[in-house]
Amino acid sequence: MFTRHDSLKAGYDVVIIGAGGHGLAAAYYLARDHGIRNVAVLEKGYLGGGNTGRNTTIIRSNYLTPEGVKFYDESLRLWQDLGEDFDLNLFYSARGHYTLAHTDSAMRTMRWRAEVNKHFGVRSEAVDAAFVKRGIPSIDMSCGGHAPILGALFHEPGAIARHDAVAWGYGRGADRRGVEIHQQTEVTGIRVQGGRVTGVETTRGFIATPKVLCAVAGYTPRVLDMVNLRTPIYVHPLQAMVSEPVKPWLDPIIVSGSLHVYVSQTARGELVMGASLDPYELHATRPTLDFVEGLASHMLDMFPFLSAVKVNRQWAGLADMTPDFAPIMGVTPVEGFYLDAGWGTWGFKATPVCGKTMSHTVATGRNHPLIEGFTFDRFARYQLTGEKGAASVGH
Amino acid sequence: MKILVCPLNGPRPVSEFAYGGEVRPSPDPDTCSDAQWSDYVFNRSGSPGAKYEWWCHIASGFWFVVLRDTLRDVVLGTFPAEAVRQGLPPATGASTAGASAVPPRGPGVLSGPGVLSGPRESAS
Repeated sequence: MFTRHDSLKAGYDVVIIGAGGHGLAAAYYLARDHGIRNVAVLEKGYLGGGNTGRNTTIIRSNYLTPEGVKFYDESLRLWQDLGEDFDLNLFYSARGHYTLAHTDSAMRTMRWRAEVNKHFGVRSEAVDAAFVKRGIPSIDMSCGGHAPILGALFHEPGAIARHDAVAWGYGRGADRRGVEIHQQTEVTGIRVQGGRVTGVETTRGFIATPKVLCAVAGYTPRVLDMVNLRTPIYVHPLQAMVSEPVKPWLDPIIVSGSLHVYVSQTARGELVMGASLDPYELHATRPTLDFVEGLASHMLDMFPFLSAVKVNRQWAGLADMTPDFAPIMGVTPVEGFYLDAGWGTWGFKATPVCGKTMSHTVATGRNHPLIEGFTFDRFARYQLTGEKGAASVGH
Repeated sequence: MKILVCPLNGPRPVSEFAYGGEVRPSPDPDTCSDAQWSDYVFNRSGSPGAKYEWWCHIASGFWFVVLRDTLRDVVLGTFPAEAVRQGLPPATGASTAGASAVPPRGPGVLSGPGVLSGPRESAS
């Protein structure tokens, strides 16, 4: 599927750290849209082995801030024809997405989000309990009697996709256009002279380059240490689990902020489930039993008939969190060092638009207009973006 | 369930505790610059390592300080809250990134028999 390169070249026009969805998408658009093909993507593990392969694959654009809605909606648009572009089946499946409201205040937030969404042309509606029951006939509307469902934010374009294929597709598209993907190649240092990037040190030797894009999710703070930059990013694990495959019965994607659950059923019949972040900083991906117990109990509040269904496996990823729940993207005080980070628990859906906007930013040296709300210096200016209200599960 | 040893209450499940973030000295808001203040308010030492952290045992409302290696999830020591005012010793004992050392088990280790091992590291 990919060309194997036995050795690194002495230099590249651009070096991208991290062969996840974001890094590979940036490489793909650099080569396709900007004609920059002398690019190396360096990956310390294997392609798509980080958060690209660990998320719960939900794609939506029903965010709260204008910056967020515009950005994610462009991503949703880019998703539509990717499969054709890559000649690869991404199993992109529009299902409809319910964010359940169990309280009056949650209902008020749903109306707010629906209005912001509609203003920007995104299909979202605040719907009542009867609408939810029609859309998800098997749900216990009382949720075990202690969290009755009052309504929901219904987002029709909400979708799921096969996340591994996204990384493979962007990787193949970039590879065919001359981009070199080097797995098992760890960046150990970044050389900066006179405030400018001049190259990267790797476990396979030094590479000269004037431009470095860092797209490493939970490893961002470690890479930032190499260029002496400080950010608000802190790392917590985020866990998820899947059930054994069962007959298709759940068409839409369901999120409940009060019950800390999001769930969808894959084309294979497995239920993919996630919850909120682990409660304290940790840079390890060993999952816990508490997580399975808590999440399973909340799943049973909504769907008691699942009590006999087994959990097949669980795992964790490292989420790079920011205080305003918006990413940190674009140029940095180090010339030639570009950041695509702070993607915490919400990065998968943004993969295409991150690739698109970061490739523009790297090629031109100026931030793409769509990422102006996510700049590195917004904290020093005390101008946060405040996406918290739209985080799918209370973070 | 992971176990955390509270200096007041002894070994308790970690779900009884709230994490209060890293212990960080505040600059004087009357004399520091806007840049120093925003650095204090927002920026964090995000890389893994041995860090002093605030923890609270919720049921008893008891705040204390934990020195913890955030790469291995191993508690290296606990301190009373007063130790912050008196000056904590430099944070040491961190493993280096990617260390393969097996975390020791026993009191003070934030991992226990209830923790699953051997997860499949792929997602659906």
